[in-house]
Amino acid sequence: MNKKGKTFYEELMAKGYSRRQFLKFCGLMGGMLGLQSTGVAQIVEALETKPRLPVLWYHFQECTCCSESFLRASHPVIEEILLELISLEYDDTLMAAAGEQAEWVRAEAMKENYGNYLMVVEGAVPLGSPGYCTIAGKSAKQIFDEGAKGAKAIIAWGNCACSGCIQAAKPNPTQAMPVHKLNPGKPVVNVQGCPPIADVMAGVITYYLTFDKLPELDNTGRPKVFYGRRIHDTCYRRPCYDAGLFVESFDDENAKKGYCLYKMGCKGPNTYNSCAIIKWNNNVSYPIQSGHGCIGCAEPNFWDNGPLYATLPAIEGFGIETTATKIGAGLTAVALGGVAAHAIVTNIQKRSLIKNRTDDISLNVEDNQEYCGELGKRMDNLNKKIDLIRKDQLTYLGGGYRPDKPSDEPKN
Amino acid sequence: MIKKVVVDPLTRIEGHLRIEADIENGKIVDAFSTGTMVRGIEIIAQNRDPRDVWAYVGRVCGVCTSMHSLVSVRAVENALGIVVPPNAEMVRNLMLGALTMQDHITHFYQLQALDWVDVVSALKADPKESAAIAQSMSAWPKNSIGYFTEVQQKIKKFVESKQFNIFSNAYWGHPAYKLPPAVNLIAVAHYLEALDIQKEIVKIQTIFGGKNPHPNFLVGGMACAVNIDGPNAINLERLSWVFQIIKQAENFAKQVYLPDVLAIASYYPEWTKIGGGLTNYLASGDFPMTHFNDLGSYKAVRGIVRDMNMSVVEEFDPMSHDGLVEYVNNAWYDYPQGKNVGLHPSVGETILNYTGKTPPYDYLNHNEPYSWIKTPRYKGMPMEVGPLARFVVNYAAKNKPYVELTDRCLKKLNLPIEALHSAVGRTLARSMECVLISDWMNEFYQQLVDNIKKGDYRMFNSTYWEPSTWPKKAQGFAVCEAPRGSVAHYVDIEDKLVKRYQMVVPTTWNASPRDPQGQRSAFEASLLDVPVHDAAAPLEIIRTIHTFDPCMACAVHLYSEDGKHVHQFDTF
Repeated sequence: MNKKGKTFYEELMAKGYSRRQFLKFCGLMGGMLGLQSTGVAQIVEALETKPRLPVLWYHFQECTCCSESFLRASHPVIEEILLELISLEYDDTLMAAAGEQAEWVRAEAMKENYGNYLMVVEGAVPLGSPGYCTIAGKSAKQIFDEGAKGAKAIIAWGNCACSGCIQAAKPNPTQAMPVHKLNPGKPVVNVQGCPPIADVMAGVITYYLTFDKLPELDNTGRPKVFYGRRIHDTCYRRPCYDAGLFVESFDDENAKKGYCLYKMGCKGPNTYNSCAIIKWNNNVSYPIQSGHGCIGCAEPNFWDNGPLYATLPAIEGFGIETTATKIGAGLTAVALGGVAAHAIVTNIQKRSLIKNRTDDISLNVEDNQEYCGELGKRMDNLNKKIDLIRKDQLTYLGGGYRPDKPSDEPKN
Repeated sequence: MIKKVVVDPLTRIEGHLRIEADIENGKIVDAFSTGTMVRGIEIIAQNRDPRDVWAYVGRVCGVCTSMHSLVSVRAVENALGIVVPPNAEMVRNLMLGALTMQDHITHFYQLQALDWVDVVSALKADPKESAAIAQSMSAWPKNSIGYFTEVQQKIKKFVESKQFNIFSNAYWGHPAYKLPPAVNLIAVAHYLEALDIQKEIVKIQTIFGGKNPHPNFLVGGMACAVNIDGPNAINLERLSWVFQIIKQAENFAKQVYLPDVLAIASYYPEWTKIGGGLTNYLASGDFPMTHFNDLGSYKAVRGIVRDMNMSVVEEFDPMSHDGLVEYVNNAWYDYPQGKNVGLHPSVGETILNYTGKTPPYDYLNHNEPYSWIKTPRYKGMPMEVGPLARFVVNYAAKNKPYVELTDRCLKKLNLPIEALHSAVGRTLARSMECVLISDWMNEFYQQLVDNIKKGDYRMFNSTYWEPSTWPKKAQGFAVCEAPRGSVAHYVDIEDKLVKRYQMVVPTTWNASPRDPQGQRSAFEASLLDVPVHDAAAPLEIIRTIHTFDPCMACAVHLYSEDGKHVHQFDTF
């Protein structure tokens, strides 16, 4: 408790790190956050001069994969950062916390840092019965409410805290709730994924510490800096998609060539995450690179968004790329013309989708189910429009060969 | 006078664990183990496409991540009669082996070691002495004076900064710590080393499964296609990387982990007689060298040993309806047939019914259901599962690699075979298993490469991929040896969907409440007679429970009889 006022920089120096290592970390974070060099300087300054961020870390209904992911942080300094960048006042998994003294530590940390601490939550909170998750004889909800009261902001780690994840999947037997549905009355950042990528977790905290504000969020509460682009748009197999080159069955000749996994149910086209950019476990791979489609784990309610291996158009509420497939199938005789048309409608639709998602940045007011239903309606309307456009395009293309025309596609 | 101590939460694989213990005359006379969290994943798995279920049930645990996914694809394949190609079987072995090694190492150093190792004492060590001891133990290249000096400096700065963080409030100086400073310093150095190596080992899972935690699996094989002449599949660059990681892991297991455990064990002779518990062991066996259905090809055999009697290995049949049953008499679940019947998991039910005290509460009433964990029994017996169970069963079955390594290690420690039935035995078994698996990893890798060399690139069997090829009804089961012990999954498929899904996981065996006969399960049994030097600082309880590998670092809450806080400690 006697560590108030020490900055992250001083902390690192005290731990025997060099200034060079410190700057390297700042550069890395800046790079990850997409900042210019002035932005990096801001990070350096903030970490040098600001006291460490008090953090209280809670665990509820979860499988601890978020903490495990955290341990796999790729940069050598990050590993220490995760323990030192923040001033971990309370963590019912990592820290000593027992009976009255634990309560004292928690109460003291909340009191001393009232209104200033960051509450981080791993796991969902069951509302079905207070007995579904208890810690030291208290219900998860009670412990959550106490923590949220004095928090400046809340970071929800992983899909459990962001949208309920596995335990909230139908029929949600314990009525597991994500953080934002518990009405914490505080800003919430959803660091999505099952689990989130460790470097993303560190990046969100650094952003908050550096700029004294939460990163800009999308309409599901995720930081745009890491969740602003679809996996589909950043995937190294994307050219195969655009060229109509698909894996038709796992382990077929196309799979061996590394073609697009779209037809194997890849959810990359409607999943926003950094897997294809930052990759996993120190840039080793990501699901698609290892031959399996994305399962969409950074999206709300992904467990109930249809079977994993169903190609996306079949998914209720989403109509993404449906026309692309139809065109591809309908124009096999004139394959290249088909591909061109395919690319055009794909991008038309993508533009609208991205626009829909970014226009509406209102955190915690969206009910996810309603949101999906609304999105479904928008997509239906969009599909109708695209059907019209497709007819036009097909007339225009005439099924002919137009190798120089892919640039016709509307710019986003 | 009996002193009641509550330890809550003692987090574990799936979440939260609570221990209530009665201490009399410096010894534990009774103990109750409670799982305090439920999620109902077996219910959620119903009505899903059976090919998807590996992902759902994989989320049971993110620490021994991937094991539930593995046993799930095996169960669905068993139901649908799918045989996976040899390459897929080897890739699965490599993934299971990598996870087990990573998990054992992380458990020992990050979670368990500080029950035995005094960090503060390491400050008093002479790095020269540490280096000399370490060099006598193994040829690990970092066993130098300079290295240990540097580590000591790091700890010193850490302590001087008064920011003890995760090391704070522990029982440094407790008389139950027996290691000399030089050995403490070695262990602390390797604590830091282990943080790095564990990140490396899981990369094997990332290469084949795309990410870790929660890598991807596939019913019918694996999704990672092999193409030694292509840039976008498992090629020689990927395979060489895997081999490199195996070597790294092997070196750490053989030159650091096992030598450390042997050194530490030698200072705790009394703990080779404490914490044994049930002495009934169950192992489901794993690491098939041909195919999962070929039990004879398993590296680790299946069977049970009861009452410490290592002259007989009895059969374990996971499908025996008379043999394997789960009770809910002391759990917050209902069965339609009533509270006191036992059901085989293939006909099991998961109906939540919380009847415990309304939170907040100080104590649970143990005369009524007191846990979210069902109570499994085999032929009426409680069984321990985990690395020790695997060693006892394989030793009894005269499985050569197990017997040789066990004999060698026990000889070094000058201990009889009976010493395995203890807290030290459980810890030693885990480290010996890490060494055994590191040898097997080389074999799995070689077999995979040899098979590819023969021209067999197959990684997936598509015959029964399409639901139209499935029967109207199918029933399957499968087992797996997860790091913490035997896991069994049972699946009923009807009309292309999962009708019923039941899991019997290691913690169900070990941490469950009492059965209708009042028999204790492994956790509760292992705590009996454990001496507690100071009821206000029962390091011994944590030490014993941690030998079972109850997962992440635990914060332990202790209450005295009147509900007042007794003491706090850090079990990290």
